[in-house]
Amino acid sequence: MAADPQSLDSQGRAALALHRFGFGPRPGDIAAIASDPRAALLADLKPESARVDAGALMDSGAAFRALFEFRQERKAEREAKRMDAAAQPAMRDAEPAPAKAGPPLPQKVYLAEAKARYDAALNAPVGFAQRLVWFWSNHFCVSADKGPVRILCGAYEREAIRPHVLGRFSDMLLAVETHPAMLLYLDNARSIGPDSFAGLRRHKGINENLAREIMELHTLGVRTGYTQDDVINFAKVISGWTVVPPRNPERGGEFVFNERMHEPGAQMVVGKTYAEDGFAQGRAVLEDLARRPATAKHIAFKLARHFVADVPPPSLVDRLEKRFRDTHGDLLEVSRALVTAPEAWAAPAKLKTPSEWIAAALRTTGFAPDIRRIIGAQTLLGEALWRPPAPKGFSDESTAWVDGLAERLDIANQIGRQAGSLAREPNELVDAALGSLASKETREAVKRAASRPQALALLLMAPEFQRR
Amino acid sequence: MINAPHAPTRRELLLASGVLFAWAHLPRAARAEGRDPRLLVVVLRGALDGLAAVAPVGDPDWIGLRGDNALTLDSEPKALPLDGFFALNPAMPNLHRMYQAGTATVVHAVASPYRERSHFDGQDVLESGFVKPGAADSGWLNRALASLQPAARVGSKDAFAVGPVTPLVVRGNAPVLSWTPPKLPPAGDDTVMRVLDLYRHTDPTLARALEERVDLAAIARDGGLDMQPKKSGPMPQVRGAAIRNYFSESAGAAAKFMARADGPRVGALAFDGWDTHAAEGAANGRLALLLGALDGALGSIESGIGDAWKETAVVVITEFGRTARINGTEGTDHGTATVALLAGGALKGGRVIADWPGLSAAKLYQDRDLKPTTDLRAVLKGLLRDHLRVDERALASAVFPGSERVKAANGLVLAS
Repeated sequence: MAADPQSLDSQGRAALALHRFGFGPRPGDIAAIASDPRAALLADLKPESARVDAGALMDSGAAFRALFEFRQERKAEREAKRMDAAAQPAMRDAEPAPAKAGPPLPQKVYLAEAKARYDAALNAPVGFAQRLVWFWSNHFCVSADKGPVRILCGAYEREAIRPHVLGRFSDMLLAVETHPAMLLYLDNARSIGPDSFAGLRRHKGINENLAREIMELHTLGVRTGYTQDDVINFAKVISGWTVVPPRNPERGGEFVFNERMHEPGAQMVVGKTYAEDGFAQGRAVLEDLARRPATAKHIAFKLARHFVADVPPPSLVDRLEKRFRDTHGDLLEVSRALVTAPEAWAAPAKLKTPSEWIAAALRTTGFAPDIRRIIGAQTLLGEALWRPPAPKGFSDESTAWVDGLAERLDIANQIGRQAGSLAREPNELVDAALGSLASKETREAVKRAASRPQALALLLMAPEFQRR
Repeated sequence: MINAPHAPTRRELLLASGVLFAWAHLPRAARAEGRDPRLLVVVLRGALDGLAAVAPVGDPDWIGLRGDNALTLDSEPKALPLDGFFALNPAMPNLHRMYQAGTATVVHAVASPYRERSHFDGQDVLESGFVKPGAADSGWLNRALASLQPAARVGSKDAFAVGPVTPLVVRGNAPVLSWTPPKLPPAGDDTVMRVLDLYRHTDPTLARALEERVDLAAIARDGGLDMQPKKSGPMPQVRGAAIRNYFSESAGAAAKFMARADGPRVGALAFDGWDTHAAEGAANGRLALLLGALDGALGSIESGIGDAWKETAVVVITEFGRTARINGTEGTDHGTATVALLAGGALKGGRVIADWPGLSAAKLYQDRDLKPTTDLRAVLKGLLRDHLRVDERALASAVFPGSERVKAANGLVLAS
């Protein structure tokens, strides 16, 4: 299919860079970085490239408090209605339904956050830093389908992921594991040490969920030598890491270390004893986990698999792992190592994930549908935004997504129909979207299309546009 | 794109399917005569094989050109006789009935001024009304409307959203209402097959994955399996019923709109899928199915528009025709002249209008295509002038620039 990267000209390498490490080119983007695609990727690794226009978006504390008030109001309305109904049963049916003022608050916030995320991706000149945000957000995923997380998931990404994607891994780890969204998603917010003040009074116990996933998914990786005892002990260490109840008007919804829920005493985790030190005990465990060789290997493998190949070249994984260890988890350095590695410039091999493909399609066509429709497309293609099926996140492997090709065709048709007649010449679009990555078969197919909408659909479905 | 749940708006309830682009003003001059004319333009994108739609069964070279694929009065199914020389594709009984009732006209060996063979450029010329592609970002229908003095506003613009995407033929300064369908046209066989073909040549993994899904969908549909796809996915291989329904529903809904006293008077619809390079199937296959769907759409317009049918003209146009001969894959490639189909009670119909060029090798355009002998702009100018009373000078300058020497066809409609 795609040309051998060795034989790619500068336009081809620029297109490859934008598809593999960004969200695909907008018209003109290939030319803009063609003189040195690698330098453009490196230059994108600056904090402002990883940001999002937060505008009027709430921080997670404010969002959780707003959710509490919203629920209180709802409850009061229901209560009032019930009282009314009891008082005047005959009137019940005559009552006009209250006018619906858009989606309920959590959905409204979710949509606004989703829009900010997409705006950042669609407007990014290069997009590498934003892609790193998407990668890390999926690595440390939470799910909007779990209770209050819906109103928090966007704030979580802005607060715990974005500031750290070019910083230290251990800082991101700490930000993530102390974020209310994660503590609620993986149940640590209600984990109580059995011998803590609260545990003794309420006969409640610890919840291992977060402790296990930190080791299995976030740091060391599955089957890397930790035991069930390590999980339990670590859970005890982080018992008391919880969230201020949202009814608290000042600090509601913020992280708090609650001593009264914390299991007292020293704990042994993965071969090392941690003395009782309150919150600092857990922070010390996280720092050590971040430094372990297994973590470096795990992260290196996931980065290489995500960006380069389902079965990444071992040499690339080794290179990233070494960089991670040598720099004590400096993610800027690891990201730089990724794009300077020769293996990272191999021919496109992976199928884009649904969200990457959608973003690329929108960037290429300039088509700007309502955010609800973008989210609808992601859901249709099996990658519902911020709603992964499990804490492991969405798959990074092509085989997980190839079944959805027919649905992609459906969406490509829809985009073609709505954007096709306004778009420029489809042949120009091929150049703008793929440069010299485009095979002659793809060029022919687009050229021979029966209409502009069909030409656009064919371009979006072309192997070079589906893969990266 | 994309199936996000949303509350249906009024326009969606009114128009369950299809795209209608319409103009909300009444043509004043026609109004002064006590008429209230309707014009609906149907654009067939992909290039209709005019010889398969209306076969020159009386031409001695016809059977030699198409062989077994030639429709004749004794082929199976039999072509429907029109005037002794021409016969209509058997998939079009409605149009045949209209023809016999004097409310349908066929114009044959007709072409726009475009003489190359690119769909995009051909569609551009067809819809812009300019001689060259890429010359304008407005369409002839819009410019024709802009030249009319609006007699009165019809309908309330507030009732309908103005959509962002309109076909070129109606784009321009005259205000246009557009309805975007909530239900999208079925992704035709054609696009699926083109994507599959591309994958087979370039990416076997993707080819296999898409083939499996296409097969599954076909089994679910044809085998009567009670299998609801988990995701509300598409049915990539859409067969007759879906296409028929889509054409018929969108045309019928458009007609019902135009029937209303406060409804639009001028509209445009576009149907894709006519690019029959392989396995054309003029008698029993894909083209027969498409022509049948188009015929159903004409029937839906007639019934949907009700009493206003007698003041209606529908004109069906396409960017160019197809090769006169069948190619190596039982299809036809991009050609030149084709047909334009006119239907409606306003027409002085029951005629085939053709300055027939003949089909012998020497008579074919570049030894491959039906030679164009009628300029499509003459037909359109005649309709616009006599049906809507668009000013003749405007037709020669603003509407079809560079067409001063193309005389409007006379006598297409009863009101002329």
